[in-house]
Amino acid sequence: MDAERNPMAAAASAERSFEHSRDRVLEEIAVRINEDTDIVSARQKGRVLASTLGFSSSELTLIATAISELARNIVLYAKQGEIVLRLLERGEQRGVMVRACDQGPGIPDIRRALQGGFSTSRSLGLGLPGVRRLMDEFEIESRVGHGTTVTARKWKR
Amino acid sequence: MEVPILKQGPYLIASIQSALSDADLVQLRDALVEQVGRLRSRGVIVDVTALDVMDSFATRTLRDITFMIRLRGAETVIVGIQPDVAFTMVQLGLKLEGVPTALDLEEGIAFLGKKDTSPAKEASPRGR
Repeated sequence: MDAERNPMAAAASAERSFEHSRDRVLEEIAVRINEDTDIVSARQKGRVLASTLGFSSSELTLIATAISELARNIVLYAKQGEIVLRLLERGEQRGVMVRACDQGPGIPDIRRALQGGFSTSRSLGLGLPGVRRLMDEFEIESRVGHGTTVTARKWKR
Repeated sequence: MEVPILKQGPYLIASIQSALSDADLVQLRDALVEQVGRLRSRGVIVDVTALDVMDSFATRTLRDITFMIRLRGAETVIVGIQPDVAFTMVQLGLKLEGVPTALDLEEGIAFLGKKDTSPAKEASPRGR
């Protein structure tokens, strides 16, 4: 899963925490994303999976919304890809990981893609700043012409 | 999943029953914008009580509906945004600026009733 890393991804270095060797995968679901109805099914599966860890209903809504934004980026920019949902254990903590992978055009300017909000003209409208705010950890790797992988995690408090 | 649109006197009520795909939201927008003219409605209520997620696309589409309907000469109110959804929207920085919201259907109808009797509204021609 650990794809070749792009120097551009350094833009997100503050948030970057590479695939943690301490993370134990408790469960994994992969959802193919080919069309807009898959966005709904990905977020519904994510909500159900995360609910098994006992997240509050507002946290489940945050997680489902983050999945929705990431899945939509796939449909809009890469046409197809995959959302991988995992339940993780890291030491005493349990949480959920959402990973969106595609072989789409890639993001030329990650720094810019992470700027601003939905309403600012400087934002690229990818919804990535929002996902970053919703989740506890956020990583992005993207290579122009090869694709994008966004990984976000939320830990149960 | 098409959203049923009910005509209730001078108002249209779109009651969302389940999760909507992006295409469903766009379909709802186009149907409301068309029907508000055909049925000469004074107001539109979009009930989102059943929506468990309002992401950037849903928010943008609801805003588009409101502004398009306003351009057609009628008023829209979004009702039933759930507490968890409101929390997430605030976290995301999603705003519904310029979009009236109300707690539920009853409040939405009351809101439109107040709007409808405003002098400005009565004075404005209802050309379609």
